[in-house]
Formats: sequence, structure tokens, C-alpha cells
Amino acid sequence: MAVSTTEPTGGIIICRGVHKWFGDYHVLKGADLTVQRGDVIVICGPSGSGKSTFIRTINRLEVHQRGTIIVDGIEMTNDVRNIAAIRQEIGMVFQQFNLFPHLKVLQNVTLGPVWVRRWPRDKAEKVARELLERVGIPEQADKYPAQLSGGQQQRVAIARALAMQPKIMLFDEPTSALDPEMIKEVLDVMRELAHSGMTMIVVTHEMGFAKEVADYIYFFDEGRIVEGNPPDEFFRNPREERTHLFLSQILTH
Amino acid sequence: MAVSKQELAPPRGETGLLGWMRKNLFSTWYSGLLTLLSLGVLYLFLRSAITWAVRTARWGVVTENLRLFMIGSYPPGQSWRPAACVLIVSCLLGLSWAIWGRAMRIFALGLGGMLGLLALFRFAMPTRLWLLANPVAVGVGYGLGLLLRRWRRAGMVALLAWLLGFGVTWVLLQGFRKAVGLPYVSMESSWGGLLLTFVLSIVGIILSFPIGVLLALGRRSDLPAVRFSSIFFIEVVRGVPLVTILFMANIMLPLFLPEQIRIERVVRAMVGMLLFSAAYTAENVRAGLQSIPEGQIEAAKAVGLKGSLITSLIVLPQALRLVIPANVGQFISLFKDTSLVAIIGLLDLLNIGRSVLSQPEFMGLQREVFAFVALIYGIFSYAMSYGSYRLEKALGLGER
Repeated sequence: MAVSTTEPTGGIIICRGVHKWFGDYHVLKGADLTVQRGDVIVICGPSGSGKSTFIRTINRLEVHQRGTIIVDGIEMTNDVRNIAAIRQEIGMVFQQFNLFPHLKVLQNVTLGPVWVRRWPRDKAEKVARELLERVGIPEQADKYPAQLSGGQQQRVAIARALAMQPKIMLFDEPTSALDPEMIKEVLDVMRELAHSGMTMIVVTHEMGFAKEVADYIYFFDEGRIVEGNPPDEFFRNPREERTHLFLSQILTH
Repeated sequence: MAVSKQELAPPRGETGLLGWMRKNLFSTWYSGLLTLLSLGVLYLFLRSAITWAVRTARWGVVTENLRLFMIGSYPPGQSWRPAACVLIVSCLLGLSWAIWGRAMRIFALGLGGMLGLLALFRFAMPTRLWLLANPVAVGVGYGLGLLLRRWRRAGMVALLAWLLGFGVTWVLLQGFRKAVGLPYVSMESSWGGLLLTFVLSIVGIILSFPIGVLLALGRRSDLPAVRFSSIFFIEVVRGVPLVTILFMANIMLPLFLPEQIRIERVVRAMVGMLLFSAAYTAENVRAGLQSIPEGQIEAAKAVGLKGSLITSLIVLPQALRLVIPANVGQFISLFKDTSLVAIIGLLDLLNIGRSVLSQPEFMGLQREVFAFVALIYGIFSYAMSYGSYRLEKALGLGER
């Protein structure tokens, strides 16, 4: 099925020299990243730096034009089977939730397992209800997404991603579209997920969350990773000028 | 201070008919004036219309030719067959009401009630019995539906029942060349009137919808061959008036098929209407497909779904719901466009009316005939329109 690289396990995600252009615009300028299983990685940086584009190349929602991306030993190429196989192992949570409005909450969560993993409906529903319980909204199972608040919708989105039992979870600014009072409930779920050992890559501005939960924080600017460190180092001793500037902008308020 | 939880009644004159009138018709002085003015104009128009309808109109032209209007020149001895088809439809409507709920109730009760009420008129005894049998058939269907409802697959059974029903009505109406008891009734020469209008519309609507959806998907396809064929078909068909398409279907379809296969004119007309409606439906559906946010597709991909599953589970259900108003409008147009089959010599409801008028004893009675025909078209068009509204409500559109 997959063209396995000859490299030993250097990490569950290995990105090397990833370049991407949107037409003439060079958005990713050689990003490098290695993620070990169980790591919680936070990527922060100014808007327009390409960080969302970068994590979207990991599950091929964006196609990189140069460089290598290897996920769980499978290299990301144009081979459709590789892409499908990788996507099943990666769950993604979007800034705009992207729940399916014509399906009930429970159906949103069971869709993947039933149609992709081919589970019988009973098993899928059981797992779905457990996940909804885990994210704290078991009673909303039979409602439609539009009837839920933003925080509840995002938690359903997290449950939906978890239903596929992925090895990696990607979060693309999961709390940026939420009202302040709902941010906490989503971060709580993410915190619990991190403590349970899930490999997570989170693009976010929530530095409090990063300080508490992250194993590494990476600063992304102008298409590449400028520096990365464990949280203590990162906040106390930013090595690059740009990192310093960014931190001073977001930490002062 | 204690907060009273007692519910107070709203002030009088705010609710009910009086309240509605006060708010909507008489809210300000000029609004009130306009209301009175409109009522006056309405009265003047309607007074002459109603006087005409009740006093001077000679409705004999309608009542004496009722069979012609309803089933055209279908052999009188065989008119039990279209009657049986209507009974089957009544029964199926009752079944659908039980299985699909409130949305179908108005149709089941509407048809049953209307036909039942018509039994009060002075028709011949067999006709009146048949008219009364329809509400009974609705009841029977409803009962059957209640029994089937326990089943989880009840919806599928209902759909199958309808498919079966269509098959049976088709066979019933046409008959067989060699069978006893069900002699062949040629579509060419005998089907006419409202029967023909319904046959053309129903087949046209039901078949043009899936073809239209396929065309819309084809137009957005990545494969160049599929894309260009779809675009070509849609643009060519949309560039030609329906009359021309019917005319060409009549003349050209025999050219495309081998000598032995002879297609009846009615079928040629069906094919023409089908293709015409499919092209317009395709564009309606494409509008819906375009308006689905990219994020939906991305979320589906992120969960691991692939191309055709994404389209059928995520994109199409949302897109089709969005374009229900446009599509039902297209169906209503199709229903009325069936009158154009006059161009190939078929006599549908409207054209039967015209041929009735050409008879010497009924000359000059255009108003009565066309008023009647307009009423029939109006009733069924409104039924479709109302059906669209109920469907949208059932799907929760505009609410969630």
C-alpha cells in the first residue's frame, strides 16, 4: 500500500524543507518539523505567516510542492491510497467547526466510522455517545448543529475527529471563532486529550494553554519555523528577535 | 418586591382576527385607506366575474364534455381503467400519509376530500360511486400504512409501493395487444385530456430530476470529456424553445433508432420534455452545489471520506435542499408546458378544450372552457407549490 521510507522512526510526523506557492506567492519557505508520538505541539505566529497552511499540508488539504512530509511512516505523495490512509489516522478540528448541518450531532460523529471504517451502526453509535460524554455534551446527541452554541459545536467537532480513533489530532485555531466564555470549555477538552497521551499539533493564540500543556512551542513566521522550545525556555528566553517581538505583542494584554 | 409569575392574557385586540387586521391592514391612516381602496377595486372586479360565472355562463360545455376533458378519447367502455388508476393513487397517498406524516396529509385529504365532495353533484351513479370510493381508498391506504409503520424500513416500502403503483397504472392504461380483458389502448390516438397531461408531467418530472442532478455533477467534473458533454447538452437544450424540441423529437427520434422500433408520439413527447426539464434542473442544482462552503468538503476529507461519498452524503443533501424552491418552480412550469404537445398533434387538457370549442354547438364559449382549464391547472400547480412549502418545513429549512 504505502511506500515506506527507509528511515527508522524519526518521529510520527517528519516534515523537511516543505515549500508551497499559491500561484506566485511563496507561502511556505522550507518548513521543518519533527513530532514524536505523544507530543503536544503548539504553533504560534503572526497572521499570514502560513501556519494554518502548514498544518493543512500534513493531511493534504493543501498540497506541498517541494520537500517531504512523512506521517506514520507513509510518505505524502499524489498517491490517492496514501492520502486516504493518512487521513484516517489524522483527525482535524477547524476554526469554523465545519459540522454537517443537515445531520444530527450523533450522525455527524458516526459518519466517519460507519462509512470509512465500515463499522456496524450500533458500534459506531455506542462509541459516538461515549465520545460525546467525554467532551461533556451527551444530551445534545439528537440535536442539529445549528441548535448548539459555538463551544458545544466545537466540542462536537472534536468528538467527530476522535471517532475515527486517529493517531494524531490537528487543531487549526480551534478557539478563534468562539466567544470568550466558551473558550475555556473547549480548552478543557483539549487539555484532557493531551493528558491522555494524544499526539496533537495545535495552531493557536492561547498562550496560557500552551504554557500549561505543550511539550514544544514553535514560532512560525514568514513561511518557516523560526524557533521552537519547551514552554519555559520559549517564554523566558526567546532567542530570535522576531519571536521576542511577537511575544511582547500578545503577552502584554 | 415579589415578582408575579402569573401569566397575564394579552390585551384584547392584539390577537386573533381583529388583531391581525388591525396590525396589518389598518395600522396607520393611509394603510387603512389603501385597504379600503383595494377592497373596492376587488369588489368591482369580482362582482362582474362572479355574476358572469353564476348567471350568464353556460357551463354545459364543460359538463357535457367532462369525459373528454378528463381522459380524452379513451374508449368509453374502458374508462374504468383510468378510474382505477386514480383509486390506486388515492390509496398510495393514504399510505404515504401514514408513513411520512403530516407533510402528506394535505394531499391525501385534499384528493380524497375533493373527489368525495364532487360526488354530491349530479353525475351518473357509477361515477358517483367511484368518486366516493376514493376517500375510502385513502382510508384503506392509511390503515395499511399504520400497520407498516412499525417496521424500520417503512419509508423504503412506501417508495417501492409508489414505484409498483406507477408500473401497474402504466400497464392498466395501456393494456396488452393480445391479452383478454385488458385490450390495448393506443397512446397515440386515445390518451388525451387531463390523463395525458398527468402522464407527460409525472414521467417528465420524475425522470428529469435524476438526469438533471447527474448533468449538474457532470458539469463540475474533473474529467474533460464528461464536463464538455454536460455543458454542450445543457447549453444546446437551453438555447432552443420547448416547442422546437418537441417538434424535433417527433421528427428526429425515429431517425436515431432502427426501423423495427417504432416509438409512439407520446413517448417522443415525453423524451423531449424530459431532456428540456433536465437541462434547467441541472443549472438549478449547480447553483446549489456551488453554494456549499468549501469547509464542508474539507471536513469530509479530514474524516477520511472519498469523492463520491462526499458528494452523496454531504454535498448533494445540502445542495438539493437549497434548491427545492427553484426545482419545484421548474416542475410547475413543466406541468403547464405539456400543453405545447399540440404541436405534434397530441390533445392534452388545454387542446381538448380548444377542440371542444371547434364543435358547432359550443362555439363562442371560450370563457367557460378556458376558465375551467385554468382552474384545473391552478389547483394542481398550487398543490405542487404547497407541497414544496411543506417539504421545506419538514426539512427545517429557514429555521436551522
